[in-house]
Amino acid sequence: MNAVEVRGLKKSYGQVEAVRGVDFEVRTGETFGFLGPNGAGKSTTIKILCTLAKATGGSATVAGFDVTKQRDQVRRHIGLVFQDTTLDTYLTAELNLRFHAELYGMPRDLVAPRLEQVLKMVGLWDRKDSKVLTFSGGMKRRLEIARGLMHSPRVLFLDEPTVGLDPQTRASIWEYIHELRQQEEITIFLTTHYMDEAEHCDRIAIMDNGGLVALDTPAALKASVGTDRVTIQTADDEEALRRLPDAIQTGEGIVLSVPDGEGYVPKLFAELGVPITSVSISKPSLDDVFLSYTGRTIRDSEVNPGMPAFFAAMRR
Amino acid sequence: MTASSMGSAPVAGVVVPPRTLSLDLRAIKVVVQRDLIRTYQDRTRFISQLIQPVLFLFVLGSGLSSLTGSATGPIDLRTFMFPGILATSTLFTAMFSAMSIVWDREFGFLREMLVAPVRRSSIILGKALAGATIATAQGSIVLILGAFVHVPFTSGLVVTLVAEVFLLSFTLTAFGLAIVARITQVQTVMGLMQMLLLPLSFLSGALYPLSNLPTWLSIVVRFNPLTYAVHPVRTAVFAQLTLPDAVRQRLNPPLTWFGWDVPTGLQLGLVFAMGAALMLVAIRQFQKVE
Repeated sequence: MNAVEVRGLKKSYGQVEAVRGVDFEVRTGETFGFLGPNGAGKSTTIKILCTLAKATGGSATVAGFDVTKQRDQVRRHIGLVFQDTTLDTYLTAELNLRFHAELYGMPRDLVAPRLEQVLKMVGLWDRKDSKVLTFSGGMKRRLEIARGLMHSPRVLFLDEPTVGLDPQTRASIWEYIHELRQQEEITIFLTTHYMDEAEHCDRIAIMDNGGLVALDTPAALKASVGTDRVTIQTADDEEALRRLPDAIQTGEGIVLSVPDGEGYVPKLFAELGVPITSVSISKPSLDDVFLSYTGRTIRDSEVNPGMPAFFAAMRR
Repeated sequence: MTASSMGSAPVAGVVVPPRTLSLDLRAIKVVVQRDLIRTYQDRTRFISQLIQPVLFLFVLGSGLSSLTGSATGPIDLRTFMFPGILATSTLFTAMFSAMSIVWDREFGFLREMLVAPVRRSSIILGKALAGATIATAQGSIVLILGAFVHVPFTSGLVVTLVAEVFLLSFTLTAFGLAIVARITQVQTVMGLMQMLLLPLSFLSGALYPLSNLPTWLSIVVRFNPLTYAVHPVRTAVFAQLTLPDAVRQRLNPPLTWFGWDVPTGLQLGLVFAMGAALMLVAIRQFQKVE
């Protein structure tokens, strides 16, 4: 059984089609990255999967339950961590988790051991009696992840789990997420704007303009955009350029685009006939992948002031 | 963080209890509990809300007494004003409790409740019960002030007043929730409350008797739900006073519809019915969001 199955999913707001017939599945146990520029229909899709919005067409199941017909079942089996905090910062960490357990109808005898387990997992057990408003941004995010896990969900939705955090904290959040995958039999569905973080995912889907434009492993996606960049510096650049008609000269040296950088370099050394003083190979990054599928870099799309008003309203 | 520091408890199995009454009761309890904890933590606000009745009773009441002189006959003007002030302070506290749902929305916690597998009606009912509990607690403190303005307390009167205040505060919180359920911004709701609270209390007969009013005012007063809550409270207090009939007739005349005395039971029933209806409105409003 797949953790998430989406078939021909559609959602329109009046005239605006936010999601135009999307199909994909998320396998049980995988970490699935969901990327796309703002306004791509990404948030809408997640809202439908979390039963927070109704689809206008198609169907979707999460943890085996239909998101429109079995809302409560879906809700009980998913954990949600939103981009904006939904903690009650005036309450203690423990009370936030206890209230969560009550809202999810957890069996009473499981609450205390589970509370200890999830708080220890995110390293906040010794702060359980502190009010959340005394927590740093990273601690709050960790607490939210712990709360999302409290009722042992099968699928954990993380919306931008590391946004607004410093690099060190981001790294530690990822450590928790990896640990989590080993501790719990859980599927993680996440969105992120950080392309380097998307590398942590088993598979990545890219959405643009209400449709899915790519879905594969990070390695396969990078391979699909093609070429490696080989940058060399030589003793005689002019001569080298004459012998390499496809190469271009940049500030960093002579740059070549080739399908297989590692295989190409030895040949280059053997055949160029001009002494090479340095060489570097760079693989296409997920940034290149994003750019090639959406025509934008993810940073361009992040600071997009023209976000449609209805979309802004939906973020509430 | 190392694996050895992890708790050894097994992965909690997903137990999915069927939707039962007890689950919804747990949800209602959580909502109430949280609001009570928050109120307890924010004691300053709770206490500052007591300043208003004190001002009305001891400053405005005492000041006006010198003006009205013997107009209230043998009783202190402040004794007359007390039931209205009790009801008005309940109004303020209940409405402010209802407003907390807008705060919850703005600061995110509402979302935590909305994505949980519980009925929205449970959340609203929890909010209404929390508001009623807080306003009743406040009302009980205001009752103590009554002792200083010659309210003739008996244990029966105290029980009656507390029960009436509870009923009133439930209805008023429901009223507040029906109004604010779809509002997403704290500023909006602040403005709205400013606009509503004083007219509601001024037009309820809380601060003046229902006798000899100009026709327009006597009509408006009869459409104000608060009137039907203030009147039983005042009637209960006046029942304990020994007064000449003429004074009683002037200060606590029966509440009438086209000359028919509306019985106290029906007035309280009306308050309850309005509370129930407003709850339904609030729940419907709340379900529309998203």
